[in-house]
Amino acid sequence: MTEHFAAAPGWEWWITLYFFSAGLAGGLYVLATIFRLRGTVRDESLARMGFIWAFPLVVLCGIFLTVDLGKPLDFWHMMINTTPGAGGLNWKPWSPISIGTWALLLFSIFSFVAFVFASMVERRARAGEADLSPPGFAKVFNVIGSALGLFLASYTGVVLSVSNQWVWSDSWAIGALFVASGLSASAALMAWLGRSRADASTEARLQRADGYFALLELVALVLFFVTLAMAGALGHTLHGIYWVLWILVVLSLIPPLRALGARAQAAGGALSALVVIAGVLLMRIAVIFSAQY
Amino acid sequence: MPEPVGFFTDSSVCIGCKACEVACKEWNQLEGNTPSWGDGFDNTKQLDAENWRHVKFIDNVPQGEMLTGNGAAWLMMSDVCKHCKNAACMEVCPTNAIVRTEYDTVYIQPSVCNGCRDCISACPFGVIGFSAKTGAAQKCTLCYDRLQANMQPACAKVCPTQSIQFGSLSDLHAKADARLAALHAQGNDKAQLYGRDDSIYGGLNSFFLLMDKPEVYGLPNKENAVLPSRNNFKSYLAAFVAAAIGVFAGVKALSGTPESGGSAAGSA
Repeated sequence: MTEHFAAAPGWEWWITLYFFSAGLAGGLYVLATIFRLRGTVRDESLARMGFIWAFPLVVLCGIFLTVDLGKPLDFWHMMINTTPGAGGLNWKPWSPISIGTWALLLFSIFSFVAFVFASMVERRARAGEADLSPPGFAKVFNVIGSALGLFLASYTGVVLSVSNQWVWSDSWAIGALFVASGLSASAALMAWLGRSRADASTEARLQRADGYFALLELVALVLFFVTLAMAGALGHTLHGIYWVLWILVVLSLIPPLRALGARAQAAGGALSALVVIAGVLLMRIAVIFSAQY
Repeated sequence: MPEPVGFFTDSSVCIGCKACEVACKEWNQLEGNTPSWGDGFDNTKQLDAENWRHVKFIDNVPQGEMLTGNGAAWLMMSDVCKHCKNAACMEVCPTNAIVRTEYDTVYIQPSVCNGCRDCISACPFGVIGFSAKTGAAQKCTLCYDRLQANMQPACAKVCPTQSIQFGSLSDLHAKADARLAALHAQGNDKAQLYGRDDSIYGGLNSFFLLMDKPEVYGLPNKENAVLPSRNNFKSYLAAFVAAAIGVFAGVKALSGTPESGGSAAGSA
């Protein structure tokens, strides 16, 4: 049995919201890119919507992360070394929080540019222009942005694992869990936000995607609990109210998994989207809070 | 360059007087927390932003008849930052606020730390705490300011039993070896040095003589003395695999077909 004596860092609501927003922002950007590259011509509208929503979520990420700091005005110390006589940039590849800071900055740039262009095209669409297809370089740009988005969605889990805190450091599956759940919540959010833009075919495809993501999340969840059990740390996450949260998390996977099994479109789109998104938030709450007591 | 310095804390002569706690707070102007009174003499409970020295009382001696030769005693140990050679806190700190000083000690620069608290979850000893007053992570500095004035740390200066000894590491190692040999000669077979060699985080500048296993004192043993970076590769790999599967699944599910209402945008 692994023994830990680390103290709790006091990462609570701001960090939880940051991790949640990061999953949504990264996930929306990735789904928008897939729609742009592989979707139908009509899906381009949904792709633009994804890019338009990803950027405000990234802005929220920055706000949540900064507010959580003990000295928010010194947030830039993450990037610039202010040690007297040292100077230069802070770059520690072995520290996920250090890489993540840069990834967040870069993804912010990519999502901002995508946001601006998507907004411009959106205006043209409203004006009735016919040719709204993005130029080739936009697709390359979006692929790079998607890689950063996936990193943003997943590194938050790696930050937790790369520690000596019980639960977090006892499992290597948290990053996988966060990226899978981020994609799942994003698909649910996109289906809900884009219900006026999507036709029946697009809705069905989004639900199928969410089903795949939920399946991936379920596998990651099983790995998470298996790794904790192997480390003898299950009790540190299944105590108090948290076992109830974990049950709710598992239950929240049912709507997308059912949609995966059924050929017909699942009913209650808005409600099931809400259940999926709430489940993803609850999962982050359970992971973050249960380990700190 | 000054010689590496540190603490040798000999728990066999600690009497639990807490003079070290008081001296540390006085010198470093730490207000301390509200005392926590429970079933024991330990009212500080832990190391944190306000407690840079903490006298642990391992007082769970079972009730029973004590005869000559089978007695049991409380264990006491003045705990402190270990100033590890391979420091987990320093490894993860994204701002480089945690540095190794010219005395080979580990120091958090208050003006550089922005209070992200990653070091707290990394420190395997639960040493570092977050101060809401300063907005930064705080821990023992090994009295960095006193060292610069050729003074010994406050805790070592006041310790009435010399349980806490300060000095150059080479001198402290020699003293610790001699003390351990004396205890073993007296039949204290459980006595052991913790952090004297490089098996715990490459060696600790603040090392201990313990009268029982490290776990009894709430210290990780050799198997559990691991750095956060051990999880980097596995965690990134799992995340990468999940992301790759997610993208593949997304492409498979979201790709447009003629049946789904039009040709793919990429080929439009």
